[in-house]
Amino acid sequence: MKNIKSIFALLVLSLGIVSCSDGTDDPLPVADDPLEGFNLIGSFETNGHALEIYSEQEGFTTGYNELFIRIKELSTGNYVSDATIHWNPVMHMTDKTHSCPRSEISTTGEDTVYKGFIVFQMASNDDEYWELDLEYSFGGSTYTTTEQITVNAPSDGKRTVNVFTGTDNVKYVLAMMPLTPEVAVNNLSAVLFKMETMMSFPAVADYTVAIDPRMPSMGNHSSPNNEDLLFDADTGIYSGKLSLTMTGYWKINLKLLNDQEDVLKGEDVTEENEGSSLFFEIEF
Amino acid sequence: MKTIYPYGAWSGHLGNLILALCLGIIPLSPQKAQAQEPILAPIIDSILPIDLKEVIVISSFNKGIEHKSQPKPLSTLDQYLESSKKVSMVKRGAYAWDPMLNDMTSERLSITIDGMRIFGACTDKMDPITSYVDVSNLSDIQVESGQQGARHGNVIGGALDMRLEKSDFRPLGWTGAVETGYESNNAAQIAGGELNFSNQRFYVDMDLIYRKADNYSAGGGEEVAFSQFEKYNLSTNAGYKVSENQKLLASFIFDEARDVGYPALPMDVSLARAFIGSLSWLQDRFIGDLENWETKLYANTITHIMDDSQRPDVPIRMDMPGWSDTYGFYTQTELALDGHHLMGKLDGYYNRSQAEMTMYPNDPNEQDMFMLTWPDVRTLNSGIYLEDKISLKEASVKLSTRLALQTFNVADDFGLNSLRIFYPDMAQRQTRVLKSVSTHYHKQFKALHLSGGFAYGDRAPSVSEGFGFYLFNSFDNHDYIGNPDLKNEKALEANFKMALPIKNLNIAVEGNYFHTWDYIIGEIHPELDVMTIGADGVKVYTNLDHANLYNVSLDMTYKLISELDWSGLVSYHRGTDQNGRNLPFISPLAYSSRLTYGHGNFSGTLTLSGALDQSDFSPDFGEDRTPAYTLLSLSLGKTFSIGGDTLYAKVGIENIFDRYYSTYTDWNNIPRMGRNFFMTLSYAIN
Repeated sequence: MKNIKSIFALLVLSLGIVSCSDGTDDPLPVADDPLEGFNLIGSFETNGHALEIYSEQEGFTTGYNELFIRIKELSTGNYVSDATIHWNPVMHMTDKTHSCPRSEISTTGEDTVYKGFIVFQMASNDDEYWELDLEYSFGGSTYTTTEQITVNAPSDGKRTVNVFTGTDNVKYVLAMMPLTPEVAVNNLSAVLFKMETMMSFPAVADYTVAIDPRMPSMGNHSSPNNEDLLFDADTGIYSGKLSLTMTGYWKINLKLLNDQEDVLKGEDVTEENEGSSLFFEIEF
Repeated sequence: MKTIYPYGAWSGHLGNLILALCLGIIPLSPQKAQAQEPILAPIIDSILPIDLKEVIVISSFNKGIEHKSQPKPLSTLDQYLESSKKVSMVKRGAYAWDPMLNDMTSERLSITIDGMRIFGACTDKMDPITSYVDVSNLSDIQVESGQQGARHGNVIGGALDMRLEKSDFRPLGWTGAVETGYESNNAAQIAGGELNFSNQRFYVDMDLIYRKADNYSAGGGEEVAFSQFEKYNLSTNAGYKVSENQKLLASFIFDEARDVGYPALPMDVSLARAFIGSLSWLQDRFIGDLENWETKLYANTITHIMDDSQRPDVPIRMDMPGWSDTYGFYTQTELALDGHHLMGKLDGYYNRSQAEMTMYPNDPNEQDMFMLTWPDVRTLNSGIYLEDKISLKEASVKLSTRLALQTFNVADDFGLNSLRIFYPDMAQRQTRVLKSVSTHYHKQFKALHLSGGFAYGDRAPSVSEGFGFYLFNSFDNHDYIGNPDLKNEKALEANFKMALPIKNLNIAVEGNYFHTWDYIIGEIHPELDVMTIGADGVKVYTNLDHANLYNVSLDMTYKLISELDWSGLVSYHRGTDQNGRNLPFISPLAYSSRLTYGHGNFSGTLTLSGALDQSDFSPDFGEDRTPAYTLLSLSLGKTFSIGGDTLYAKVGIENIFDRYYSTYTDWNNIPRMGRNFFMTLSYAIN
């Protein structure tokens, strides 16, 4: 009887463990260092503070970058909470300067960690470079700094961001959000902005990003049950379903449609037309 | 890609054996109860044979040298099966033909070796179970049509049970034989040997056979590229009498084929290997009046590697390995009661089927493309089978039933997620209840034998039908997707047979009819995009509302003189779905006629066989009209005595007129072998 009881207790315990692991997916691990596991890709010492920028990636990369920021007071070594931060990335090209799409910086569940994203349309090179303007306030004071950063093209060379002019003569930036592809139905998300001026990139709502994933090496094999990316007003993100029937190189052919269903960019894939001019690439 | 699943691993090995043993013991109680009933007069009655069973004799052990009764000894097992009246063979080359019974293939049949369930590891049916044994280790094949085969498993079309040859405690001492054969058409070399020891207490049989063949040539001399093969088979059987009443038997088969070409397919096989083992306990008397108790535990594992490395021109290189492991048991016993002969059997098996495909892009910088074509499907089937043969006055009735529970578990998450692309709500596990009932009546009016019966049975989908992922069928040039939501296929079957001996003439008319509901077949889904480069479309397995199949045959034998026998067979088959559309692989009118001469130690056979035009073909499944053909073959044999030993020589010619032909069973109309001279020599050491 005693044995049965202890077995039962063990069972209950193990159930408890199983259900605990099924918790909601918090992007920040609850640990001593909330950014443990992320890469510190920039640390700027200025005004007696160190501004630390973390990312899941190895560095700033063209396309969508989800970034986490902390402000450390160098005098105390403490991280600052209740700060407001604004940023503005600027590309200094040989003939002009421009910015890129980015979010506001918001707080996270961890009060010393702030987050936002930037979509870099192009990489730095020998003659052209990115600068990040940062303005942050806390304790009644406002500070500013400008730091040069290096933005690299993705190491696998796959396209995750498109800059193009639509048939409506508007210049758009469409970026794929990070995805860990699996042979399954994947959740595919993207963000869409238009370039109002060289410095202003407002988000575009209520368009449709039609997807047609293909494997050029497999005679342009396509997968079933894909769902076009539709705008979610709550998150500001375009989301849909991407089916991948095998590992390998996939070209996700895209068409951008406005809220009137007019095609602004991209072509159908047909026998004659192997791919769209608007696309993302995945390889796994 | 191999992940370990605690549940699967446990139940896959030790657990399943334990489960099997438990299953084997508990449900025996009803039979015990039966045995305890008072039996007034135990009668051993001579029950008339009523099975619609055909036995393909492969060797006759008593005769010292095996295969003697065949026109072509040492031919492949496939050729033995092909020569049968009921079985036809789908051919994708010279090796590993796929047996069909009542125009139905493996998913509708139970194919067993000594009652052991084995499942091929190839997603494209390139390794039927018959390819993992050889004539050297078989004594016969029991062919049971329709639900008559339900003893072995859940079937629609019937059962083939290949029975291993055993010395079976005959007091023969040491015996041995060496055999060799050669065929001219494909330079086939066959070498085999056996060594047996048997006394009343113990026996051990060992067989070895090796075959190697080059490409064969079709009629007219055209070489059929990629039709070579090489294989060897090693088997051992042993038995020990624990007591006069109790026997312990063990068997082991190792079979390996390498470099097997499949001219009808875009890929070949670099390796097909099987390990097949079993342990049996036999007891003449069981509990009470139960007798002939037999319990067997078995396990087998198959590895099958498809590759295209020998093909000069393919759109993309790929490897397609597959694995199939099966663990099973059965336990059966018999009971003779007043006018009844009862048989009860419990059986179960656990199979794990997994297959992969890796494609190598022409651009070497690209990642390999990988998919699971069989997503590690674990099938657990446990069943009970009961049979009662009732003797009546000049008549008999056989009643039988099977009830089984079959569960599928898609154990690999990668595979499960792949299938969920097509079936988002697909469950990881599913359970099906399978049923079979049959009744058969046999009546004798003087010399005339009449028999007939009705039966109902169902089957679960096969692994490919339920869970296959982009399986390319080169016959209809479509990719196939499995469907986990398929309903069980159910068939109502009627059969009859009439046999009438008139002096030296024996006439038998036989027929059966299958009305099948939820017939499982692939149907085109135009919205799905092909995976295989060059394929015409994608088919998904679906249930047809119903399909009808019937087979009739007329079989005659006539003794012209005491040395000369004639036999003839004509058969007709038809299969259509609910809209009258033809089903694939249905035989046209086929015939054969054979003269057999035997006098003293000389024997000869002249065989004429052929078929009419296949006019009722199925274009939807890639078939076209197969023209009529007629073939003539001749073989001559002579036995010599050398001391106490025996030498048996046989020579023959097949397809004497070198006809270029293919039959309705030839995949993609691959032409069959042209004129072929063969010679075999068997030397038996007595």
